[in-house]
Amino acid sequence: MASDSLSNLPELTVSELSGAVKRTIEGAFERVRVRAELGRVVTARSGHMYLDLKDERATISGVAWKGLAAGFNFRPEEGLEVIAEGKLSTFPGQSKYQIIIDRLEPAGVGALMALLEERKKKLAAEGLFDEARKKPLPYIPERIGVVTSPTGAVIRDILHRLSDRFPSHVLLWPVLVQGEKAAGQIASAISGFNSIEDPKLRPDLLIVARGGGSIEDLWCFNEEVVARAAANSQIPLISAVGHETDWTLIDFVSDYRAPTPTGAAERAVPVRAELMTDIVNLSGRMSSIRARQFDRAQTLLRAASRALRTPEALLSGFWQRLDSASAHLGPALRNRISAASQRYHRLSGRLQPRALRSLTTDRLKHLDSQQRRAAHALRRASSQKEAELNRLARRLAAQKPQTKAPAEALETQLARLSQAAQRLNERKRDRLVSAFRMLESVNPKGVLARGYALVHTESGLARRAGDLNPGDAIQIEFADGKKAAAVGGKASPRKAAKKPSAPGKQGDLF
Amino acid sequence: MSDTAEKSPPYVSTLSFEAALKELESIVEKLERGDVELEESIAIYERGAALKKHCEDKLKAAQMKVDKIVFDEDGAPKAEPAGLD
Repeated sequence: MASDSLSNLPELTVSELSGAVKRTIEGAFERVRVRAELGRVVTARSGHMYLDLKDERATISGVAWKGLAAGFNFRPEEGLEVIAEGKLSTFPGQSKYQIIIDRLEPAGVGALMALLEERKKKLAAEGLFDEARKKPLPYIPERIGVVTSPTGAVIRDILHRLSDRFPSHVLLWPVLVQGEKAAGQIASAISGFNSIEDPKLRPDLLIVARGGGSIEDLWCFNEEVVARAAANSQIPLISAVGHETDWTLIDFVSDYRAPTPTGAAERAVPVRAELMTDIVNLSGRMSSIRARQFDRAQTLLRAASRALRTPEALLSGFWQRLDSASAHLGPALRNRISAASQRYHRLSGRLQPRALRSLTTDRLKHLDSQQRRAAHALRRASSQKEAELNRLARRLAAQKPQTKAPAEALETQLARLSQAAQRLNERKRDRLVSAFRMLESVNPKGVLARGYALVHTESGLARRAGDLNPGDAIQIEFADGKKAAAVGGKASPRKAAKKPSAPGKQGDLF
Repeated sequence: MSDTAEKSPPYVSTLSFEAALKELESIVEKLERGDVELEESIAIYERGAALKKHCEDKLKAAQMKVDKIVFDEDGAPKAEPAGLD
């Protein structure tokens, strides 16, 4: 029977059997979710990760293909409690069955907290929590980017509080805030807002918010990818996740951690009505100060101006002096100018050598006529005297026969008269002759005739040797005409000027 | 008045609300201390008035507007009215 049954058994190949087992296992289990502690974890060079899932009594192999393993946002390590989801399958090559993991996450609060601590240490070591990294929030944001769920109370709370305090422009980037995809969406929303360049769209403040929930619910805000996106945000970021007691990783890297979403709205904007009041107050204070200041200045000015004489009174004296001075200014100047100009013309006219010559000629003519008149007068006077004498002689002759004595007296008188007349004549002639000589002596032509010469330069008569310089063009005037000449080369000017009229001799002539 | 009024507003208008408010406060303080020359006080008063107007304008212009980020065919984000309320 045994051999029969043995022989009745269909004969399978190993591969057929292995394939049948595979089909059975995969068909019976399809998808499983298993809680386990991680045993040995190996990442192969290919990138695939092989891990043992175990509890106290059993172990099942698990494999996470490269694509999944690379996306783990925690580091699977031995001892960590995890929840793995995937398909149960076999590996015929080693007679193994295993879970092909398509989702792996830490399990349990303790594990999560441990993981969070680990991440905090890591990011803190990178300096991402440093106070120096925190950016100041704008006083009044132009546009607020909110990363949260579009449904639910959170966005409404934020909008209401913003609207109450300071109506603002809000840009909502809708994301899931729970579950597997949440972290990725939140991270890309943060970096997405940062990559907006359109100034009409780019927010200048971000709020990342979520309402309260369990630590598992809030877990996406503990993911490194979210924390890093928040840390890298160029736009100041307020985190508001859960309740006041819930601290998530993003709270450590955000620029401000609000305890609640409503708190985030309060921190984001000031109260407009208060600002309005502030400004009205400030402007009122400013106006009243100004009014006071003007009053004070006006009072001071009034007091000061009473103490002052009127400007007219102050200035009238000066005005009068100015008027009088300016009335005289024109005529005085004109008079002064015309007087000066007359004097100038007179003097300059007289200064010309030609004027000197014509003056000399005039004098000569005058002298000549004087001389002629003198001679004439002398002749007339002497002929008159002679006529009178003859008349007297005739009268005397007529009386002569009557008295002898008177005749003798007359004879004496006549002789005396004749002598007197002769003396007078001689004196006058002497004076005339000496005057004529004098005249001759001042006639420059006369002097020239005696061998002297005049030296003319371009600027006039050379009176001193110092007036001449070597090379000067000169004209030497002799009695019979002029000759052009030049003052000799390097010889000293004194020697060159020796020939013409020496000043000493010239002076002697006068 | 005209001179400063023509010059300051373009400058004042470039100030953020906070900067304008701070300057307005410091102007009021300065005026209240009373250690400013009358002429300067007139000038800074005018500036204060411009700052006040600038701040008020900013406050009055504020209005609630809620847009939602959506993505066009190229995946680029753009805003459209959210209509949440």
